[in-house]
Amino acid sequence: MSTRIFVPGDAMSLALGADDVAVAITAEATSRGRDVTLVRNGSHGLFWLEPMIEIDVRGTRYAYGPVTADDVASLFDAGALEGADHPLALGRTSEIPALASQTRLTFQRVGVVDPRSLDDFMMHGGYAGLRRALEVGAEQILTDVETSGLRGRGGAAFPTGIKWRTVANAPATPKYVVANADEGDSGTFSDRMVMEGDPFGLIEGMTIAGFAVGASHGVVYIRSEYPQAIDAMRHAVAAAQESGWLGAGIGGFRFDFDVEIRVGAGAYICGEETSMLESIEGKRGMVRPKPPLPAIEGLYGKPTVVNNVVTIASVPYIAAQGGEAYAAHGLGRSRGTLPVQLAGNIARGGVVEVPFGITLRELVEGWGGGTRSGRPFRTAQVGGPLGAYLADHQLDTPLDYEAIAAAGGLLGHGGIVVFDDTVDMAHMASFAMAFCAAESCGKCTPCRIGSTRGVELVENLRIGRRREESHAQLLELCEVLEQGSLCALGGLTPMPVRSAMTLFPEDFGLAAGSAR
Amino acid sequence: MSGRMIWSEVRDLRDGVDLGTPPRDGEPVTLRIDGIDTTVPAGSSVLLAATAAGATVPKLCATDTLECFGSCRVCLVEIEGRRGYPASCTTPVEAGMDVRTQSEQLTKLRRGVVELYLSDYPADDIVGGWSEFHTTLAQVGLADGLPEGHVYRDAEHHHHDGVLDESNPYFLFDQAKCIVCSRCVRACEEIQGTFALTIDGRGFSSKVSPSQAESFLSSECVSCGACVQACPSDALIEKRLFPEGYHRADSRQA
Repeated sequence: MSTRIFVPGDAMSLALGADDVAVAITAEATSRGRDVTLVRNGSHGLFWLEPMIEIDVRGTRYAYGPVTADDVASLFDAGALEGADHPLALGRTSEIPALASQTRLTFQRVGVVDPRSLDDFMMHGGYAGLRRALEVGAEQILTDVETSGLRGRGGAAFPTGIKWRTVANAPATPKYVVANADEGDSGTFSDRMVMEGDPFGLIEGMTIAGFAVGASHGVVYIRSEYPQAIDAMRHAVAAAQESGWLGAGIGGFRFDFDVEIRVGAGAYICGEETSMLESIEGKRGMVRPKPPLPAIEGLYGKPTVVNNVVTIASVPYIAAQGGEAYAAHGLGRSRGTLPVQLAGNIARGGVVEVPFGITLRELVEGWGGGTRSGRPFRTAQVGGPLGAYLADHQLDTPLDYEAIAAAGGLLGHGGIVVFDDTVDMAHMASFAMAFCAAESCGKCTPCRIGSTRGVELVENLRIGRRREESHAQLLELCEVLEQGSLCALGGLTPMPVRSAMTLFPEDFGLAAGSAR
Repeated sequence: MSGRMIWSEVRDLRDGVDLGTPPRDGEPVTLRIDGIDTTVPAGSSVLLAATAAGATVPKLCATDTLECFGSCRVCLVEIEGRRGYPASCTTPVEAGMDVRTQSEQLTKLRRGVVELYLSDYPADDIVGGWSEFHTTLAQVGLADGLPEGHVYRDAEHHHHDGVLDESNPYFLFDQAKCIVCSRCVRACEEIQGTFALTIDGRGFSSKVSPSQAESFLSSECVSCGACVQACPSDALIEKRLFPEGYHRADSRQA
């Protein structure tokens, strides 16, 4: 009997040598006359253990990691194909503490299933949400999404139910569903992991969205930097089309829905929803003013649901289990779970899906294990490159949109990037402005010119040139960017800059308390 | 007031004043501008309503012959009950809106935005200029340019040595004076339907480009002049005005 061996094929595991491990396993099995079947699953998200391989022993999966090609022979010698002990043995996958302690709703199948197999998806609860949706009807699904309290996971945290209801009520047709997979925030990767690990889950979520709002066409807009995700999505769309889960008359109902994969061209700003719509229409990726909201006039001027990948991938659970099951998790107005992404100088990086309400300290120190360098923690940037830096005393803030906003930050797409005490925060402030300058679409003046002036002003602070005037001008510039920009890129760039200056004035040659 | 208001063809309404966005026809909508009730057709912008009410809202990328764009961020206003400072050109009027076109913070923000423009505009071309850009400078209190000692005066990055395209026999393009408002690009699309112009690059590198980085003469430009008419900052300007030839001021030779 053939032994199934899981060797992850997602971008992170590939970067850590998973392909070499796969080749070594095949060669070792051939030379020993062992019959093995390789499954290239997505990563479970425990990056410090990648490449983490799993052996299916009579239905139970045993994990080993991090495995290099050189370890393969010894794994065979030790009897890993029967789940035997080995220095790299991690025990049963389902019992690995860092995994077992999570609440995996959106990520329920990521790492578990074969992303190439529609059958495997179905055997792990796939399409249960769509089946129920087709039975209970669009109105009930809209109600479920409202009840769930699900909010946009791309960063803006807008209530998904309200957005869907707006599109459903809009009189114009046709309507569209767009999945935003232009995951450009540094230190974030949950969208990528969904697409690489559970592509059918995203398709199911989009199909449910289309059914709920009355759309028959969906688009996944994926950044070009995600070749494995693009490949996985294209394969999954083709498989779903072949088996009738996309196309005309889905599930035997009078409901048509199809999905198209579109690839970006490297512009961060195309992750901003209106720029993305321009890009999909074949135009230069420039921000549109709002109103009109995309829910009223979106793609080709028609009502459009634009949701982040993680938002849409959370829908199958809600549709299958009902809105209240999802809303049972969480804190305050932040309901359900969030796949938090731990990155930077951290001992145990990866994705941790947890209910809202646990503290940032539990994430950084508990799951994350503190800094990778072992040096003292200094700061963490929460919410991507436009998020605030938070200091140690702010780590007791709960994972909650409102609580983090009250602490002066933003939760964004749920990325946490950790820095130890060797970080130069003036350099990081300069980087924030440089990022805005590099990625500005060039439409609005505060962002187009202001970001470049921001880089110059921070540089003045760093080298002590006209420090006081430059500091005063930088604070004024931050106000113009925040209050005058057309979109969130210019509008939020002051957040990391100001927080760095406020928390760590000494890095800028400034006296404490002078940054306000 | 009742009955549909037919404004789109009534150019006399302008009376020499740029309404900021194209007039529309629509049902009457009454809103409050700086405390004064004003009635305009539905579909109008707040900028148009403000202009109709006699308020002066500084602007650069907006003009009533082109659809609103929302890029210059100078026409910001405050609207009761709304967060932030929306651009009046891209905000449609709603009944009962209470709009303020002047406040201390608006003055500060508009000035801050215009300072950014000035940080990349040739200093020698500010005093004595007669373009819309210069009118806006005066409106925000910067008619003389950046004040002495302003940090932006030492700005390292600029376009003072940018493209000077004199290939077209009738007009020239001086990138140093371009404020990248896209009015020329939009005029080429919306008025002439030629689509000869675009913006090339992004961020600070954004620049007006005829066709794919060609000269005006070798591009699809048909010399209609719509872009020159639309340019608010004299970056696109008729050659006839310079019978002795066009010269950039010495201070901005690279």
